[in-house]
Amino acid sequence: MRTLPRERRYETLSYLPALNDEQIRRQIAYILDQGYIAAIEFNDTSEPTECYWTMWKLPLFKATTVQDVLYDVGECRSEYPDQYIRVVGFDNIRQCQVMCFIVQKPGSSGGGFRQY
Amino acid sequence: MSYSQTRTQSKAGYDAGVKDYKLTYYTPDYTPKDTDILAAFRMTPQPGVPPEEAGAAVAAESSTGTWTTVWTDLLTDLDRYKGRCYDLESVANEDNQYIAYIAYPLDLFEEGSVTNLLTSLVGNVFGFKALRALRLEDLRIPVAYLKTFQGPPHGITVERDKINKYGRPLLGCTIKPKLGLSAKNYGRAVYECLRGGLDFTKDDENINSQPFMRWRDRFLFVAEAIHKAQAETGEIKGHYLNVTAATCEEMLKRANYAKELEMPIVMHDFITGGFTANTTLAHWCRDNGVLLHIHRAMHAVIDRQKNHGMHFRTLSKCLRMSGGDHIHTGTVVGKLEGEKGITLGFVDLLRENYVEKDPSRGIYFTQDWASMPGVMAVASGGVHVWHMPALVEIFGDDSVLQFGGGTLGHPWGCAPGAAANRVALEACVQARNEGRDLTREGGDIIREAAKWSPELAVACEVWKEIKFEFEAMDTV
Repeated sequence: MRTLPRERRYETLSYLPALNDEQIRRQIAYILDQGYIAAIEFNDTSEPTECYWTMWKLPLFKATTVQDVLYDVGECRSEYPDQYIRVVGFDNIRQCQVMCFIVQKPGSSGGGFRQY
Repeated sequence: MSYSQTRTQSKAGYDAGVKDYKLTYYTPDYTPKDTDILAAFRMTPQPGVPPEEAGAAVAAESSTGTWTTVWTDLLTDLDRYKGRCYDLESVANEDNQYIAYIAYPLDLFEEGSVTNLLTSLVGNVFGFKALRALRLEDLRIPVAYLKTFQGPPHGITVERDKINKYGRPLLGCTIKPKLGLSAKNYGRAVYECLRGGLDFTKDDENINSQPFMRWRDRFLFVAEAIHKAQAETGEIKGHYLNVTAATCEEMLKRANYAKELEMPIVMHDFITGGFTANTTLAHWCRDNGVLLHIHRAMHAVIDRQKNHGMHFRTLSKCLRMSGGDHIHTGTVVGKLEGEKGITLGFVDLLRENYVEKDPSRGIYFTQDWASMPGVMAVASGGVHVWHMPALVEIFGDDSVLQFGGGTLGHPWGCAPGAAANRVALEACVQARNEGRDLTREGGDIIREAAKWSPELAVACEVWKEIKFEFEAMDTV
């Protein structure tokens, strides 16, 4: 028998081991395949009551490939290595946000477009 | 000159007596109007009663008619107010069963009142002697009538924005045992479940305010549990605080206290509580920014018999009009009744904005919801981690999957049980998004996740053999 440790979480997909680069790629591909609009947001806390994180540029309305999205994820990460960063998906037909998952936590290190 | 010589035959009076219903209420040439409320009844007439007469009787008894003609009929324009049986279909493979289609003029019903709608449609007519049995199968609510209802206080997309949860089904759990825990012990179980990864916990339907746990004590301890779990995990948490009570005043008092404690959601039992109370609470919830979870105790009394009562899809439609942000729909795969196609039919009617007629799923009419908010489907009862891939596949993201025994029954306790479910859920969502087939690969996906999650591995071990495989009673 084990006690479940206390742990900070970050909503959808945060109960899985940190997504590797390939796994993040596939989730972004899903956003694009569904016709959703990807966007990137960053913030210095992950308080759940804080809805608005700062938007990185504007949503990627013109992104057609996973690489288009990853490019900006990488840029955002380089500029804000000590921030939380998440990728979100919007559905303009249903007029709402439909996806959200974290791709960086502060204080992590490592290469690529993701750090933990 | 006598008075009698100038008197002519009196014109007073009318033709008293009993007249066949079908002469007035069976109108096969009638084309329903866009503003008519349409109903499909499964009708089993008594032997010797022709279907046209039975169908007309249903139309009459659920609208303007009574058993004999009355003089006051002549003071109104019956053509404007009467229900009409405009079509009859005999049911395949049944001796004496028909679907009677009835059209009701809009003016028969009070605006915004499900109570009034049901009092007419499923009132006296269900005890009518000329019928052996009668079941309301479906309703078409015209846009003109729908627009007089508030509907769900918030709806699916607003709920997601309020609780910051996207791209996955939500996870819940009913606290067990159903009855008999003290408020403090109850709050303990809530905290453990929520810190382990559930989004919501739930009062069981029969928890109101009993001697072992008064409502106010429960609300206080649960509030502490929620605030603590939220601070610890960094995720928004909720508990469906059951505010179902003996009077509307008491119900609203409890709801107000939940709001004072900054609780995000309350709960109501819409059938035992009644539609008037439910609609009152739904309005309060919208005015006060509190989500509303709906339980459906007593539904099986009404909807389980195939030839008598009301199908749950009609209760679902009534609930969407009366108002609720979640409602229980069955699991298809668990311990409670539910055939898949039919269940998904009324799940669509709860969540979608426009649903096409589809007899194979029991949907008798095309329904346009005219942008009324959607209701989240709650799948609860007898499910565990091995059911997760099927549940995600069947119900999709806009659902709450509730594992009561499947959380609290974990050998290591509630928090590990909750974590096992959350891991299983996220593994399924990740796999689905990556294009994997949950129906075919579901078992593999759970097994792969169990390799790195000891909590899930233990859950997989405990529940691998439990199944509920009885044939569904509910068929088209």
